[in-house]
Amino acid sequence: MVPTTYNLVPTAYYLILAAMLFSIGIAAFLIKRNVITIFISIELMLNAVNLTFVAFAHMWHQVSGQIFVFFVMVVAAAEAAVGLAIILSIFRTRETLNVDEIDLMKS
Amino acid sequence: MQLALFIIFGGLALVGALNLLFQRHPIHSALSLVVVMMSLAVLYWSLGAEFLAAAQVIVYSGAIMVLFVFVIMLLNAGKEERTRGSRAAYAVGFPGAAAIFCLLSFVFLSERGALMTSNIGGDLSNAVDNIAQVSAMLFTRQLLPFEVTSVLILVAILGAVVLARKEQ
Amino acid sequence: MNPMPASYLWFIPLLPFSGFLINGTLGRRLPRAVVGTVALLFTALPAALVAWLWMTMCAAGAPTSIESVFRPYGHEWIAITGFHADFAFTVDHLTLIMLGVVTGVGFLIHIYSVGYMAHEEGYWRFFAYLNLFMFFMSVLVLAANFLLLFVGWEGVGLCSYLLIGFYFKKTSAANAGKKAFVVNRIGDFGFLLAMFLLVAHFGSLSFTQVFSTIAQNPQWQQQGAHFLPTICLLLLLGAAGKSAQIPLYIWLPDAMEGPTPVSALIHAATMVTAGVYMVARCHVLFDSSPLALTVVACIGAATAIFAASIGMVQHDIKRVLAYSTISQLGYMFLACGVGAYAAGIFHLLTHSFFKALLFLAAGSVIHALSGEQDMRKMGGLRTRTPITFWTMSAGVFAIAGIPPFSGFFSKDEILYRTFTSPNPLHIVLWLAGLLTAGMTSFYMFRLWFKTFFGEPRADPHANAHHSIHESSWIMLLPLVVLALLSVAGGWIGIPAALGGNNGIERFLGPIFANGATGEAVALTTGHGLELALAVVSVLVALAGFYIAYVFYYEKPGTATTLAERNRRTYDLVKNKYWVDEFYNAFLITPLLMFTRGILELVFERGVVDGSGKAAGATTRGMAWLTRKQISGNIRSYAGWLAIGAAAVIAVMLFGNSLWGHL
Repeated sequence: MVPTTYNLVPTAYYLILAAMLFSIGIAAFLIKRNVITIFISIELMLNAVNLTFVAFAHMWHQVSGQIFVFFVMVVAAAEAAVGLAIILSIFRTRETLNVDEIDLMKS
Repeated sequence: MQLALFIIFGGLALVGALNLLFQRHPIHSALSLVVVMMSLAVLYWSLGAEFLAAAQVIVYSGAIMVLFVFVIMLLNAGKEERTRGSRAAYAVGFPGAAAIFCLLSFVFLSERGALMTSNIGGDLSNAVDNIAQVSAMLFTRQLLPFEVTSVLILVAILGAVVLARKEQ
Repeated sequence: MNPMPASYLWFIPLLPFSGFLINGTLGRRLPRAVVGTVALLFTALPAALVAWLWMTMCAAGAPTSIESVFRPYGHEWIAITGFHADFAFTVDHLTLIMLGVVTGVGFLIHIYSVGYMAHEEGYWRFFAYLNLFMFFMSVLVLAANFLLLFVGWEGVGLCSYLLIGFYFKKTSAANAGKKAFVVNRIGDFGFLLAMFLLVAHFGSLSFTQVFSTIAQNPQWQQQGAHFLPTICLLLLLGAAGKSAQIPLYIWLPDAMEGPTPVSALIHAATMVTAGVYMVARCHVLFDSSPLALTVVACIGAATAIFAASIGMVQHDIKRVLAYSTISQLGYMFLACGVGAYAAGIFHLLTHSFFKALLFLAAGSVIHALSGEQDMRKMGGLRTRTPITFWTMSAGVFAIAGIPPFSGFFSKDEILYRTFTSPNPLHIVLWLAGLLTAGMTSFYMFRLWFKTFFGEPRADPHANAHHSIHESSWIMLLPLVVLALLSVAGGWIGIPAALGGNNGIERFLGPIFANGATGEAVALTTGHGLELALAVVSVLVALAGFYIAYVFYYEKPGTATTLAERNRRTYDLVKNKYWVDEFYNAFLITPLLMFTRGILELVFERGVVDGSGKAAGATTRGMAWLTRKQISGNIRSYAGWLAIGAAAVIAVMLFGNSLWGHL
């Protein structure tokens, strides 16, 4: 498990770090009540995934993994913009950022 | 040195994430995320993805996170209070996240043999630099997705403008 | 006259069937005149065909039977290994007599109905059903095998149900229809079992094949093979259901809920005689089993005397006639039971004339009194409705057995043959028949006196809308024709003892060839015995007349005082010996308890409804669960997302190895 030279880091370590970040993101997503914090945790999860992609891109010596990360970033940007706009309009009508009180879609 | 970089900045990212989780004010969470993103940029650079490292800093932490901070300030979001519901969420959330983590790491560790190792700069060819490679791929083989993402951004802009407008 | 081609036989049933189709589908919208014309036309044409058939078969050198088989595209009706059946009609002299009754009397009753039902609603429906009945009855009579006969058998049962329940808005009528159908069904069950046994032992249901097989195997009768009496007794059960004998007669009195022409046609002249016809047709079978014949005779005699006793105390004019029908049918069965099949058929013929006449005339009386059927409210109609009076008198004298009316000859023949039969019970049976004759005469003359003589007892307010009047000519014409037949119809059967040549027995001779004929018997016992027995029965009939005269004309209150003094007996007889109540308590109530208690509660509500409700409840439960999940709370959605994602990852990662292990 300990690398023989300090120059080589097993790819698995990167992947486990990404997994840790991902699960922390999930925990934050489930626990937090402020809707903006939930968005932030989503960004954290996306970043963890990006790290995974880059690690694999390096492992296979391909650049496609990095291309994918590029696209993920673009999508994350678009999603953040729209999502925050929605939060703004919800805040205007409901005066609350507590996600438990935004439950109009209850059946 | 690779390992040292990894441990320092990986640990920094982890600390930032945990801080995000345990802070009660959203602004603190947002700033912790910025720390995470910066550390990840360093890790990308160590994995030979210089372009992505730059993009991470410029786009992600420089634009998206700034947007988040703007909105938090605008809406004057305050501290979260503890309620009965949040305690129940603690009971469910932590074990759930831990479970997922264990699942994933189990897989990664058991496949350790198939996963190779990496080093700085690695075996990427020195003759061509990272950004040239990325752009070569992006504008030839992945041209269509690239154009589609520009449309996507356009749509997102329009959507954000419409949704955030004050009702007249 | 050219002989009738055999293929024309098929028109005899199919013409009324076309009448049924026309009146049944279009009749509601057609004017009454058209409906009536259609019905009459499609009944007159078969009657004409039957007349032609008579001439064909009575001509010199004519065959004794005609057959016609219908095979569409050369295929038989049923053709499987071990069993074949055909659509086959056969006509012999027995069929000729039955066809004459069915089409002739049927046509007259159709004419009468045009007048009687003129103001009823559902006119088209009535004639449609009546034509359908003619179709089924013709099929029954013409059939050349048991299966086709059964088709007609069931069909007439259906038409009986439809016509009894014609006034379906009246609960009692609907119940009577149901009762008739269900009781008939019990008889049909016996018939079906008999057919199964026939197929098992003879391999065929065709009359000619079965009868010839029996004739070729005399050892069966000598060895006392059990299946022959069993078949006969089961056939007797079917006949008892259709012809209202003990124990299945209970439906016929209730069947009087139907319109009077229905009672005349179905429950006097044709349908109820189907049982007698069937026994006569299967005489070869019955002759091979003396036990079955004895049972037939005993049931016939018992029914005759039983029904006559009930008929003596009924007040409804139609009920009296209904019990009279049951009693006369008993006579016919008695005749068949002692081997005098020709006498039974002769009585069937004369009975159809005078009983149809009596019913139609009763209808005329009821019509004149605007619906009154209780004889206690009748009286004095002799002068007000003269033609009805004279025609009904012909019927009453005929049924009472007064010579020279038709009933005397047929009834007397039966009594003579019973007396002289080799059956050990012959004296008892003869006494029963004689007593019944006396009772018949009594209750018929009771009806006669109460209806037509004495002071009018009709409620003056009841017929406020029109006064007592004679019926129209269209209703009187069939009455006159039937009256003439009731008077003269017996003259074809005058036995040699009284100077005749007993034409009907000769006519039916070739059919019942292996049985003894009346003439043969008379030759052995001599004409003196026959004359003596005839005198005895006439005296008994006159005694009945005299008693009725005293009770109801001379001293009108006698009957009531007699009833008062013998209260208990009177009540017993008046309530039909509580037979209906007995059946209700011991058969129907347990059955209902079983169906309602067990079948309905356990099966219907538990299993059938329960499985439906369970399916609904399952869906509702799943929907409730799903609704709980869609709470609108984003975090719970997130939680479900996470769980789902974890499950997918787990399946992806471990699914292959798990699949390999299975």
